[in-house]
Amino acid sequence: MPLDQSFTGRSYPPGDVYEVGREKIREFADAVGATSPLHRDPEAARAAGYADVIAPPTFATIISMKATSVIVDDPELGLDYSRVVHGSQTFVHHRPMVAGDRLVSTSHVDDVQTRMGNDFLTIRAEIATEDGEAVCTSTGLLVARGEDA
Amino acid sequence: MSRLPASKATLGDELPAKQVRVKRDDLVRYAGASLDFNPIHWNERFADEVGLPGVIAHGMLTMALANELVSDWVGDPGAVIETTTKFTRPVPVPNDGVGALLEITGKVTEVREDGTAKVSVTVTFEGQTVLGRPTATVKLG
Repeated sequence: MPLDQSFTGRSYPPGDVYEVGREKIREFADAVGATSPLHRDPEAARAAGYADVIAPPTFATIISMKATSVIVDDPELGLDYSRVVHGSQTFVHHRPMVAGDRLVSTSHVDDVQTRMGNDFLTIRAEIATEDGEAVCTSTGLLVARGEDA
Repeated sequence: MSRLPASKATLGDELPAKQVRVKRDDLVRYAGASLDFNPIHWNERFADEVGLPGVIAHGMLTMALANELVSDWVGDPGAVIETTTKFTRPVPVPNDGVGALLEITGKVTEVREDGTAKVSVTVTFEGQTVLGRPTATVKLG
């Protein structure tokens, strides 16, 4: 069944705070082969002008996936996640994520379309500090393959 | 670590290319680090059932690897102000201890007055691109 296009423009309230940790940054950096000392050494990060170690640019996926799960799992929308593939992804960094950041995200459905039996869902997470400083805008396209596709 | 100065970036510059081998244990490591535990990235049986050519790499891992080329070039991962890609072709990662070899290249496609530059990256596997128009925008020093 095609997704309900009236979901376009729908927003979801902010979820729990995500606290960015030094060790999570290190773990993620190791997993993507990111060798910069700015991910691991607080002194090196401070020398480069950051408050603490910074996250690799795609680290934001952890926070945006958690934030947008509220859309993906919304029973009213009824997305069959077993049929979903990731079509595209964009991160706009208003500033790098830094260890110690306490982040909250609001999720938005930017677009819902059905073409050739496949559903195209564009979802966006606006990630900011608890104090409201914008940190990252994450936009992803999810494609749910139709039953016959 | 210092950021590449704007004076050192020229339209058409090629970034140092690299090859990255992705094996099954790399997928497990990335799953844990990213908290993306979708079984298509580690469970052969599940991947087969949903019609994939076996276990495939996380598209987001391939995106991250593409991004690292840019981070290394600019010298400061915090300089990456925008990164975008389409996921156009899956990368199967067989459980053979050899995995999949990705070739990653990049080129400066824009240098702007405001001190930013745009880099287009290409990631190929077995001679075919696997990401659609991956680009990163960096703030130069």
